Amino acid sequence: MDAARVGVITFPGSLDDKDAARAVRLAGAEPVALWHGDHDLRGVDAVVLPGGFSYGDYLRAGAIARFAPLMAEVVDAAKGGLPVLGICNGFQVLCESHLLPGALLPNAGLHFVCRDQRLSVENAETAWTSEYREGQELVIPIKNVDGRYVADRETLTELADSGRIVARYLDLNPNGSLDDIAGICNEAGNVVGLMPHPEHAAESLTGPSTDGLGFFTSIVKRLVNA
Amino acid sequence: MARVVVDVMLKPEILDPQGQAIARKLPQMGYEGVVAVRQGKRFEVEVEGPADEAALERVHTIAETLLANPVIENFEIRVL
Repeated sequence: MDAARVGVITFPGSLDDKDAARAVRLAGAEPVALWHGDHDLRGVDAVVLPGGFSYGDYLRAGAIARFAPLMAEVVDAAKGGLPVLGICNGFQVLCESHLLPGALLPNAGLHFVCRDQRLSVENAETAWTSEYREGQELVIPIKNVDGRYVADRETLTELADSGRIVARYLDLNPNGSLDDIAGICNEAGNVVGLMPHPEHAAESLTGPSTDGLGFFTSIVKRLVNA
Repeated sequence: MARVVVDVMLKPEILDPQGQAIARKLPQMGYEGVVAVRQGKRFEVEVEGPADEAALERVHTIAETLLANPVIENFEIRVL
């Protein structure tokens, strides 16, 4: 059987596209490089929007990347059920694209934060988290300056009540995110946004753990069984 | 040619740590009596022709789709 094909989009200013592609390969899938300026998803089975500072993040994080040519295809495909994972800057782009509710603002402490972060998995049923169990604790690096998740109280209540908070920060909230939110998903669970970087915790040589690999093995298992 | 100003501010209920950092500095500089500071953005958009209704409508669309994120920000438009 052919390996699942997982696309990784490169925007101008993306930093973690190579690491994301590597994590996809470690999980047993074939990474497919996608270019922001194309209108072609190359028939991939899932898409990762990587971390970085797309288009310099001028204006607001993710605000200009939202209008990248390829994002039109991503938004349509995501609404049709294509699994999409946005990591850090990718999460910001998904919020700006309105695929996910809320927005990500400068860290409450105003500093760039880079640390190994403890998280709890709150929803182990999304397309990207099925290899975890609910309540599982992970250690995954976080590195951002615009990581403070905000949404109005009504949206936060709806996210919590419908199980759409995917991960929360433990021990210390690194950026002032409301309700300690580290990641959320859309109603269908195919679109996930995550501020920490699971692709940096995919092998022991370079990461603090291999706890992040599960995001990638989750999607591979789902695609193989589809 | 006309110049249209778009002022963008975080919604009042959203924490603005940049404004807070500025406000905290003021007493050290000897400025008393400032209760709060909130920081926003001002865009000056130059348009061809007069700032008529059509031009302002276009700037409004630009403001709500790109210059501001209505999830977290409010904006106001005026002709300079």
